[in-house]
Amino acid sequence: MVQASLDGILLGILFALIAYGMALQWGVMNIINIAQGDLVILGGYIAYTLFIGIDLTLRFKGIEIPIVIPPIHPAWGVIISPIIMYFVGVGLYKLVINKVVDRDLFISILATFGIAIVFQQLMNFIFGADVVVAQSEYGTTMLFDNSVTLPNSKIFAAVISVIYAIALVIYMKKSRLGRAIRATAQNARAAKILGVDTEKVYAATFGINAALCGVAGALIAITLTLHPYVGLPYTVRSFMIVIVAGLGNLPAVAISGMGLGLFEEFADYILGTEFRIGAVFMLLVFILVYRRFKLSKKREYLK
Amino acid sequence: MNAIKQKDLILYSGLIILGLAAPFLFSAFKVQLTYLCVLIVLAMTWNLQGGEMGYNSFGNILFYGLGMYLTASVQVGMFFPLAEWTESGGEKTFVHTTAQYFQGISVGLLVAAIVPTLVAGAIGYAILGLRGHYFAICTLGLGIAAGEIAGGIEIIGAGQGFTTPPFPAEIVDPEARGQFFYFLSFLVLVLAFVFVKYIYGSRFRLILNAIRDNEDKAEAMGIQTMKYKIVGWMCSAFFCGLAGGIMGGLIGYIDSTDVAFDGREMGVFMVLMAILGGKGTLWGPVIGATLFHFFKEGLWTFILGWQYVALGVLIVVIVVYFPEGLMGWLREKYPDRFGEVIDEKDRKAQVEIK
Amino acid sequence: MNKLVKLFITSVSAITLALASFTSSFAKVEGEYIVLGSAISLTGKYSSNGVHTQNGYNMAVERINSMGGVEVQGKKYKFEIIYYDDESNPKRAAQLAERLIKQDGVHYMLGPYSSGLTKAIAPVTEKYKIPMVEANGASRSLFTKGYKYLFAVLSPANQYLEVAIDLAVEKNGGKPVRIAQAFEQDAFSQDVRLGILDAAKRTGSEIIIDDKLPKELNDMAATLAKVKATKPDVLVVSGHTKGALTAIRQISEMKVDVPMLAMTHCDAAKLSKQHGKNSEFALCASQWHKNLSYKDNFFGGGKKYAKDFTKEFGYDPPYQSAESSAALLVFKDAFERANSFDRDAVRDALKDTDMQTFYGNIKFGPGGQNIAKPMILFQVRCKGDDCENRVVAPTKWASDKFYHPIPKWSERS
Repeated sequence: MVQASLDGILLGILFALIAYGMALQWGVMNIINIAQGDLVILGGYIAYTLFIGIDLTLRFKGIEIPIVIPPIHPAWGVIISPIIMYFVGVGLYKLVINKVVDRDLFISILATFGIAIVFQQLMNFIFGADVVVAQSEYGTTMLFDNSVTLPNSKIFAAVISVIYAIALVIYMKKSRLGRAIRATAQNARAAKILGVDTEKVYAATFGINAALCGVAGALIAITLTLHPYVGLPYTVRSFMIVIVAGLGNLPAVAISGMGLGLFEEFADYILGTEFRIGAVFMLLVFILVYRRFKLSKKREYLK
Repeated sequence: MNAIKQKDLILYSGLIILGLAAPFLFSAFKVQLTYLCVLIVLAMTWNLQGGEMGYNSFGNILFYGLGMYLTASVQVGMFFPLAEWTESGGEKTFVHTTAQYFQGISVGLLVAAIVPTLVAGAIGYAILGLRGHYFAICTLGLGIAAGEIAGGIEIIGAGQGFTTPPFPAEIVDPEARGQFFYFLSFLVLVLAFVFVKYIYGSRFRLILNAIRDNEDKAEAMGIQTMKYKIVGWMCSAFFCGLAGGIMGGLIGYIDSTDVAFDGREMGVFMVLMAILGGKGTLWGPVIGATLFHFFKEGLWTFILGWQYVALGVLIVVIVVYFPEGLMGWLREKYPDRFGEVIDEKDRKAQVEIK
Repeated sequence: MNKLVKLFITSVSAITLALASFTSSFAKVEGEYIVLGSAISLTGKYSSNGVHTQNGYNMAVERINSMGGVEVQGKKYKFEIIYYDDESNPKRAAQLAERLIKQDGVHYMLGPYSSGLTKAIAPVTEKYKIPMVEANGASRSLFTKGYKYLFAVLSPANQYLEVAIDLAVEKNGGKPVRIAQAFEQDAFSQDVRLGILDAAKRTGSEIIIDDKLPKELNDMAATLAKVKATKPDVLVVSGHTKGALTAIRQISEMKVDVPMLAMTHCDAAKLSKQHGKNSEFALCASQWHKNLSYKDNFFGGGKKYAKDFTKEFGYDPPYQSAESSAALLVFKDAFERANSFDRDAVRDALKDTDMQTFYGNIKFGPGGQNIAKPMILFQVRCKGDDCENRVVAPTKWASDKFYHPIPKWSERS
């Protein structure tokens, strides 16, 4: 039980990081990003690439350009992956997302679903469908006379998540861009009138979200396994955390993230592993229905 | 008025004759055509509540999968112990006689139509209280959860999958199975079309449209929106269940997440097809499904491995650039040909107000 | 409206015409080619194993063609395979089988990857009386349905790990053991589970943990926590490549001590390479290993096959590739013995197959499964950081002794 609780909490912190990105883009740009989980996996693959290194030769019109990057420790992924992912995010924004920002939410759901499929398939081509892992060789912390084990990689993941989350909060509060993002979230039109380049803000927001996914992905590469097709459960988890916690409420996001992690581990224990993912999705349904009934007493509905 | 009706008559009788003759004309494509019929039914009934009612559901796959499992379970369970059929990797072999097979599948389809309808009615009140994207995500969760849970239930095969009864061996003609399923699906298609067409001429559709355009106002006008929303969903569920039952028999093997509750493919395809053709039109989903199926079968296999990239790009392009679909685009371009000039202006005006 | 109707009718009739002219004008044998069809998973969750399968097929086709091809009625023919991508989806596989047979006119089929997909295709091939030799559908239920046109070169899935339980009992001094097991929710893994259940019943062993893993799972910490708490004698895990990798990673991280760990798909997952020392002592079921002493005229022996395969595709052949190559050899043999392209003649010839390939002896039982070949078990053993799969059972081919029990993590360097 202690084992399950600790596993759940450590996992939950990681989910919360992904969920924070989700909340950010939802709050600022009013889009729901189904490709969130796939961005995470892509981030993980970047860390994995660092871990195995790159050694290939580009041939272009007879000129051979060797590209050799020696393998480095995958933990560097938590720094390098978000940098790359930021540009992926901005690129994605310029390509597709900017066309769905002011539209119906359903359009953003479907469009990002399309993006998710493309990402999955491209990752399948580039990295192969093999399940891969990046070895951190971090060892394990044992507690209570070896009855409870905590892989150091999981602790590392939780610590890094917390650091990034705090850094982001400070950035949002203090920096110019952070203020612009918050202003846009409150009222995009007013922000525009007051001279905020909302287009730039949107691009930056999506980029930051992608960068967060990059961090989370790198951590997942170290703690769990990577596969091109496991993105969707991460999307659903982050969505769930956001609807429980509300938009832009970081402590609540962190708590409900841990709550979800706990719920998963215990569902696994009590219902059996076969129902674990089913339980997550059912929980989503129940939370939505519960909130709907609560609001309908006041003749309101979820907006 | 009469002239149009006559034209319609020619069109419909032409299509029905084509439909009846199709399996003999294109014998090799029978199964493809069966898929097409099922896809059209799914798109058309999704459109009822997605397009007309404005409740974009990813969860109709729930009824489809339910119908599939129910048909197969009833077909087996009527004559043999279901648990023994599915357990231990099908160690025991049971064989349906010809009469048993057809009795089983007809009762099975009946159940597959009724139960999902009731389920839709039962959960409708809770789920349909959600609006917009919350409804979409909730139904997405529902569909996937159903698949995961079905994969844990032993009596319907769990992860082993469920092999549906094979087509009776006494019917030697190898074409018979394809023909049987084709005509079954064609029948359902005709039924669904007649039903949807009937709804399009009824007050019910107007109410659904009112809910889509502004639910609060509709409610203020004295419409019991919840009642109509549930009925609308039940209509979709009825046909989804039937479609699922047919597909189960045709595929011959039910897997919980990949065949029955196939939310990532079928569940999204039905939405996509309806949008491609044009949400909220009678012919839109039909054309959308047909185009989609031809595109998929025609191009798919020539881009081995890249088809999902193509699909993803297609989704993005359709959704971002043609959210109104083919019919919507045509209507905007040639409003007079739809004979809806006045409605059209009204619609445009409304769009501008929005 | 009327113009639209006209437009619609014209387009429908145009499509009709186009389709009608398309209708299956192909033949089973085109010129000097014998056309085989296969739906294979190039995308989706089975795509890595799907590619192993495809590589195996391609390798054998190339080899057979370059060594003279297939001789039927005095004329030399070459093999050609039409592939479609089944997206790891049974529905799609069934649809594609139909398409291969009806639209492309294929008369002989090769199997897809995984039991689930084979289950979906078998009713179709059976209906059209198309002989199918499959190399990757091991589920026992495939062989109890009375299929007459299905032939599998591999041993059924329930045999995969049965031997492992026997070994465990033997090491336990003949006394029953306590088994913990975790299997993915798919047809193949669940069949392996049935084999374990049978073995447990036979030996009187007790199953204390019986978990089923969802298909998308990449975290089995909860199962392993239970294992730690209950201390079973054997832990059995099966879940294609993902299951194998996840299990090893988390067992090593959580320092789960079990005396014996039995798995499937270790070689396809490149376990010894991806996890190195952490995977040491894992016991794996396999259909084939390159050190086996079988021989044939095309690939020589297992070692030669492995060498050629590595040269061609750049990695060591997992058994999925070997058995797929063997499927082609079976087909060639059957065509030559039937000396005809008649489907029923080929089918009868397949039924009477009794041959040795580099992959093993092949002889089909009444249900279509291969009854002439035992499963083998290998154990991952390391020297320094260099890990290798060493055959430990059956004793005839064993190159190493089975190492039991697995040392505790605290005693491992």
